[in-house]
Amino acid sequence: MIHVAQELAGYLSDFERFEKNGATRAASWVHELRTAAIARFAELGFPTTRHEEWKYTAVGPIAKVPFTRVGDEGPGLLSGALERLSFGPSEGARLVFVNGHYSRELSSLGALPDGVRVGSLAAALTADRERIEPHLAGHARYQDHAFVALNTAFIEDGAFLYVPPGKVVGDPIHLLFISTARGTATASHPRNLIVAGNNSQVTIVETYVGTEKAVYFTNAVTEIVVGENAAIDHYTLQRESEEAFHVATLQVHQARSSTFASHSIALGGALVRNDVNVVLDGEGSECTLNGLYMVTGQQHVDNHTRIDHARPHCLSRQLYKGVLDGKARGVFDGKIVVHPAAPKTDARQTNKNLLLSGDALIDTKPQLEINNNDVKCTHGSTIGRLDEDAIFYLRSRGIGLEAARSLLTYAFASEIINGIKVEPLRAKLDNLVATRLQNGLSMEATP
Amino acid sequence: MLEIRSLHAKTGNNEILRGIDLRVNAGEVHAVMGPNGSGKSTLAHVLAGRADYEVTAGEVVYEGKDLLTMSPEDRAREGIFLGFQYPVEIPGVSTTYFLKAAFNAIRKHRGLEELDAVDFLALIKEKTKILEMDQSLLNRPINEGFSGGEKKRNEIFQMAVLEPKLAILDETDSGLDIDALKIVANGVNALRSPDRAMLVITHYQRLLNYIVPDYVHVLVDGRIVKSGGKALALELEAKGYDWIKAEAEMAQPTSAWTGKQSR
Repeated sequence: MIHVAQELAGYLSDFERFEKNGATRAASWVHELRTAAIARFAELGFPTTRHEEWKYTAVGPIAKVPFTRVGDEGPGLLSGALERLSFGPSEGARLVFVNGHYSRELSSLGALPDGVRVGSLAAALTADRERIEPHLAGHARYQDHAFVALNTAFIEDGAFLYVPPGKVVGDPIHLLFISTARGTATASHPRNLIVAGNNSQVTIVETYVGTEKAVYFTNAVTEIVVGENAAIDHYTLQRESEEAFHVATLQVHQARSSTFASHSIALGGALVRNDVNVVLDGEGSECTLNGLYMVTGQQHVDNHTRIDHARPHCLSRQLYKGVLDGKARGVFDGKIVVHPAAPKTDARQTNKNLLLSGDALIDTKPQLEINNNDVKCTHGSTIGRLDEDAIFYLRSRGIGLEAARSLLTYAFASEIINGIKVEPLRAKLDNLVATRLQNGLSMEATP
Repeated sequence: MLEIRSLHAKTGNNEILRGIDLRVNAGEVHAVMGPNGSGKSTLAHVLAGRADYEVTAGEVVYEGKDLLTMSPEDRAREGIFLGFQYPVEIPGVSTTYFLKAAFNAIRKHRGLEELDAVDFLALIKEKTKILEMDQSLLNRPINEGFSGGEKKRNEIFQMAVLEPKLAILDETDSGLDIDALKIVANGVNALRSPDRAMLVITHYQRLLNYIVPDYVHVLVDGRIVKSGGKALALELEAKGYDWIKAEAEMAQPTSAWTGKQSR
């Protein structure tokens, strides 16, 4: 580490402060994990566009700003503001994190089935060590990914959810991450671990939102371990401030005959990178990855997915849709890797993009890596503009040009929105998207 | 209601309408017939405001207003309806939602109060009966997966809901079997009224057995070459278009008209 770039130096000294102050109470195994991760981050450094996985996304804007983590300063916002920000379902448990720290005051856990554990990771690191240690950082590889390494180095808080075998959690569990940054450039590194036992079932909604129009950096990692025959529905709603940076990794490990679905909705942020990685590591497991990104202005949103078909008879379905206006730029990079040990793989991947302006840009790269002959894999991507025939058809019935354009754009996005099974979330999102379209995609005028 | 004077239109460098003159009064049904490529559909689309066609000369006055300067949506709001020869499929937008948006845009334009969802639903359910339409079609995306006959029926259904003053039906009969044709024709006939005019564009005389026109016009090479009563349609059916083409060439040498074209 003779030539540690200046960009990294800030994080390294931030880490030293972190270890000295709040983190000293941590158990030695956590301390060792953090130390290994920060060392790995220092080696890896921030990725450049020469890195194949970062070809279309330059992280310079993130690396240049000396972001520092914020300590736990209490909630700092009124619970009344929550309803406006929360956006998720009102039933079920809601865990609120302010600048990465769990807020007991703002959270409500409600009634949960026996044995279900849900709460702050910070508390669970000591109280539930035997359930956490086997999984934490066991799936999201900090050894390979700089942002995962950075998050792992700063592991402190986030959500921990454990659903015992056979338990069904009826209402969705809502994780709400609020950034209240103003003035100084702050970073938060939320770390979530979700462990679903065999035959269990649960729905999780993660929402990321900012209260101020400010530059801040969210670097989140969620690991999900899906037991045999378990069924998990996961939603991410990203509504960060338009000046914020958001990097998130969702890492999923599936056991035999399990089912997992992810719905990733990206609306906010100046520079956004989402990685969704699933390892189908048990025979007959299935996953669905859906995504919708709607961006405008100078926003940049990059979605990477990777599905490893590691066992026979697994099925995966992916549909990502993008709507890009203004000078926005989008990236979709989806990789399906079929391992030699995964015959009878059935994989399908589709990425569709709608460009609303001449200056918007999308790079789409669907990839298949097949190491087995007995598979059924399809992939494809489209980039298009609004259909002029359809616009004329609507106008010929009295619908104005702008209304026709937004109606057709809404119709394009609705395929993903209609796939949302949590009805209050679907309805609110539907409303949000419709309102945004009427206001030219901007976040500004939305509730 | 509608007066078309010496209308010329082209797409690209291709002159399609070469001087159309036509007057349509309220309460009248006019049939426009003609061979393929004569400009029938172009006339319909120019009247509806499609930007693919450029009007190079002539004028169209609709209810005392200059139609050609109006946007497609304003024409619709002023009471013009185009029944498409090839209705467009629009995935993701239900027929009900779409029609409500159209219906209320028209009401708003006319200074009328917009209808709420409940009243509107009652209205369209009533209208589905006229067209013998399955109500489940209302919740399906516009024309998506519809058969040719269902699409045409949906066009007339939309017309019944929007109640235009001037309906332009572009080959609404093409591709329909006789049962579907009768249903569509019944739908059209139910909407005939002293306040409403219709321009029925068709390739085949067959439709005119069911929708009996007041006037029949024959369009050849972008001009109306012959007009008459409904008997003209029968004559065309019996003798084809060739005799009329020959007659037209005798009567109006093309050079007299090409001189007027502005290129």
